[in-house]
Amino acid sequence: MKEVLRFENVCMHYHSKQGETVALENVNFFVNEGEFVAIIGPSGCGKTTLLSLAAGLLTPTKGRVLTAGGSFGYMLQKDELFPWRTIEKNIFLPLEIKRTNTSETRARALALAEKYGLGQFLKNYPSSLSGGMRQRAALIRTLSVNPDVLLLDEPFSALDYQTRLSVCDDVYKIIREEKKTALLITHDISEAISVADRIFVLSRRPARVVSEHDILFPEAEPLKRRENKEFSRWFEILWKELNT
Amino acid sequence: MKKEMNYSPQHLAYLQGVKKKTAWVNAARFAILLLLLTLWELSARFEWINPFITSSPSRMLACIGDLYKNGTLFYHVGTTLWETLAGFFLAVGLGYGIALLLWWSETFRRISEPYFVVLNALPKIALGPLIIIWFGTGSKAIVFMTILIGLIVAILNMLGGFMETDENKILLLKSMGASKLQILTKLVIPSSLPNFISMLKINVGMAWIGSIMGEYIVSKAGIGYLIVYGGQVFKLDLVMSAVFILCILAAVMYAAVALLERLVIKNRK
Ligand SMILES: Nc1ncnc2c1ncn2[C@@H]1O[C@H](COP(=O)(O)OP(=O)(O)OP(=O)(O)O)[C@@H](O)[C@H]1O
Ligand SMILES: [Mg+2]
Repeated sequence: MKEVLRFENVCMHYHSKQGETVALENVNFFVNEGEFVAIIGPSGCGKTTLLSLAAGLLTPTKGRVLTAGGSFGYMLQKDELFPWRTIEKNIFLPLEIKRTNTSETRARALALAEKYGLGQFLKNYPSSLSGGMRQRAALIRTLSVNPDVLLLDEPFSALDYQTRLSVCDDVYKIIREEKKTALLITHDISEAISVADRIFVLSRRPARVVSEHDILFPEAEPLKRRENKEFSRWFEILWKELNT
Repeated sequence: MKKEMNYSPQHLAYLQGVKKKTAWVNAARFAILLLLLTLWELSARFEWINPFITSSPSRMLACIGDLYKNGTLFYHVGTTLWETLAGFFLAVGLGYGIALLLWWSETFRRISEPYFVVLNALPKIALGPLIIIWFGTGSKAIVFMTILIGLIVAILNMLGGFMETDENKILLLKSMGASKLQILTKLVIPSSLPNFISMLKINVGMAWIGSIMGEYIVSKAGIGYLIVYGGQVFKLDLVMSAVFILCILAAVMYAAVALLERLVIKNRK
């Protein structure tokens, strides 16, 4: 299988006037093409730092971040839709930034939006959409430039519990259907178990990888997984690892 | 989005209530103005107060009529209006540009900070004599005074707006590979639009302060000139009339900005 991302002994130190923060210490992991990988860690351990490194927004203090040269799409905790743009214009934003705003790429983005139920909202402003719909729009915005790898930074944590479950299910299905590789970062154990093929567990700050698990479920969808007996077994294992 | 027209009777009643309340408030506002003017007029007529030092609505009207007849009304109003608008637009434009530069370069921002703090605290009127010597006694000096008073406020307000830009949205744009210029045009400028509007509102006031104060110090024409002149020759009708005209002009300019606000800022939470 082809690797699309690999961290090799990555260390990350932040410098500020208050002092030096060691966010990551010798982090090693990899992501294969087509995989859904989740990384869980306690809050404040350096998860966002890790994704920023993966996206190339930061350079590691030590170690190497290797990519297969594919493009990345970033999805944040909040949808971060621009309130002064319609949903359609929000979805076109990455095209404008990458200067690939042609009728062809726009048509492709619009087709995605239609396919995933945003068609009727295209001319609306984000403030008129529900939290779940907004997060879906954020995903379509990320997908509009057809990235190879999706980096998801706790993309559901701003939603209430009910919405979170269904949006998670939603996003999972869309990512699978579009055959994207995904790296999800979260502190929510059950979320990780419900979507991931593989899970890496991070320690408290400075973050290291403490374990790696292959998660196998007969059914793939998040909501079905949650009903499986295996689910609580995994939860217990990971909960213990997170809390030691 | 179109509004649904099939409201329930309760909602229609509610809307009716809101409308009524608004009408009532407007009527009350108007009534208070009318009452004050009448009271003022009557007190002056029956000499409960001395109309020589308080003037009265009818005397003001007559005074404005005189100005109109001898052809100087629009000359004075025009002079002040021109000075105010020129000072306003120059201060706003320059202020916006300088704020952009300061946003762009952190070094520049840090270096210039103490200068702005001092200039902001400095009472600009202290520079009056210098301005007269540099720019003479015409409109140029007054426009310069107006710019001086509005500029720092414009810069500091706009810079504040630019610096408030949501860090996460910046991160998002960076993750899309945005350049600094793209971050500026796609995010910083549009997201600071409300700050821009409030800066305009503040600067409407600043521009009038600047032009009138400038005319107090040095002028041969304008509303500020009329006020000073009227005070010197003890023609308080003239002073009051000039102040009245000033009120109207300032209100119109503020309303123009408020209208702009309504046009520009929609769909924002
Ligand atoms: N730009 C920065 N400068 C200095 N320190 C930073 C910076 N960014 C993050 N840190 C510090 O690095 C540590 C890890 O931060 P990071 O945001 O990566 O954690 P996180 O796991 O994503 O946290 P959360 O669960 O709150 O999202 C924190 O202690 C944070 O204070
Ligand atoms: Mg984080």
